[in-house]
Amino acid sequence: MTGTAASGHARYTGTAIGLHWIVVVLIVAAWALGLTMVDLPLSPQKLKLYSWHKWIGVTIFLLALARLAWRTAHRPPALPSSMPAWQSRAAAASHALLYMLLLAIPLSGWLFSSASGVPVVYLGLMQLPDLVGRDKTLAELLKQVHVVLNCALFATACIHVGAALKHHFVDRDDVLARMLPLVAPRRREK
Amino acid sequence: MSNLTQIALLCIALAPAAAAAQSVDYARSRITCVSTQMKVPVEAEFRRFRAQLAFDPSQPETGSARIEIDLASFDIGSEEVNVEARGRNWFDAGNHPQARFDSTSARALGGGRYEARGPLTIKGRTHDASVPFTVKMDAAGNATFEGVFAVRRLQYGIGEGVWKDTDTVADEVQIRFRIVTSGKPPQKKP
Repeated sequence: MTGTAASGHARYTGTAIGLHWIVVVLIVAAWALGLTMVDLPLSPQKLKLYSWHKWIGVTIFLLALARLAWRTAHRPPALPSSMPAWQSRAAAASHALLYMLLLAIPLSGWLFSSASGVPVVYLGLMQLPDLVGRDKTLAELLKQVHVVLNCALFATACIHVGAALKHHFVDRDDVLARMLPLVAPRRREK
Repeated sequence: MSNLTQIALLCIALAPAAAAAQSVDYARSRITCVSTQMKVPVEAEFRRFRAQLAFDPSQPETGSARIEIDLASFDIGSEEVNVEARGRNWFDAGNHPQARFDSTSARALGGGRYEARGPLTIKGRTHDASVPFTVKMDAAGNATFEGVFAVRRLQYGIGEGVWKDTDTVADEVQIRFRIVTSGKPPQKKP
């Protein structure tokens, strides 16, 4: 038995699970919009997609902060004690990297937008301050940073998903189930 | 006394009665516009314009202004957008290279504020415009004229076709100007 809760099967809290999956959906949406919008010819549709992409980015940033705050007050369930130490360390490191990217990517996008001379107006309601002045060279650099960080997020997310599936189907433990909504953790008869 | 001297003296004598054209310091002058896309204000500059100003704050009603803006000099910081803006749907700068404002009257609004009125022609369409401004004089006799006024872009056919939709690009566009005239003797012909 690896669980610490009274039930013996510790899960993430409902809030943590909800926030996790909302952020997943938002990341996929931001990627889809981002990859689509950059290739569109200049049109009202393109401007809309850019705005939606930025709104989603700001939302992900805020939700990442909320998740970190929640996490400090509600520690995640412990990993199975059967896991090798290097895997536990790798899990902690990849989770830390994911959180850093969830904050750094929207920030790089916001900086890129500021340097391009286009303020970010969250949900069309709240104008965020420009982090830097208009600067074409800096904007080009920040665009590269935004792209590279997203590639890093994609790679880390693949490892994250791969590890979760490995836990579920190979190790047959509760690591994935404890983050799934509506799915009860596996019952261990032994 | 030479004719030239007589004319010069006459000019000085008449100076307070009829404001003479002041020479514009283009390096310190700027005309920009702020359009709103998806509630996002984006500033662009008209890099080439000519201004003829004659204004004496003590006799505002004698003042006059003529401003001509090269629309092809529109610069929003993105070449893709600049090309689109010069095109037929927007300024159609090939067929209508210049926007032009000619004041027909000027008056004091009180509190150091003034207003010039007159026809504003953009893209071959003319509507009356009212341009409020302030004037600051420095010790060297340089004058700084500053003001902001709104133009309804659709009145001038700016942004046709798919761009007529004002949900994406708002109808109202702010025109901002700062025109600095030097304190050197007027260069107007007698």
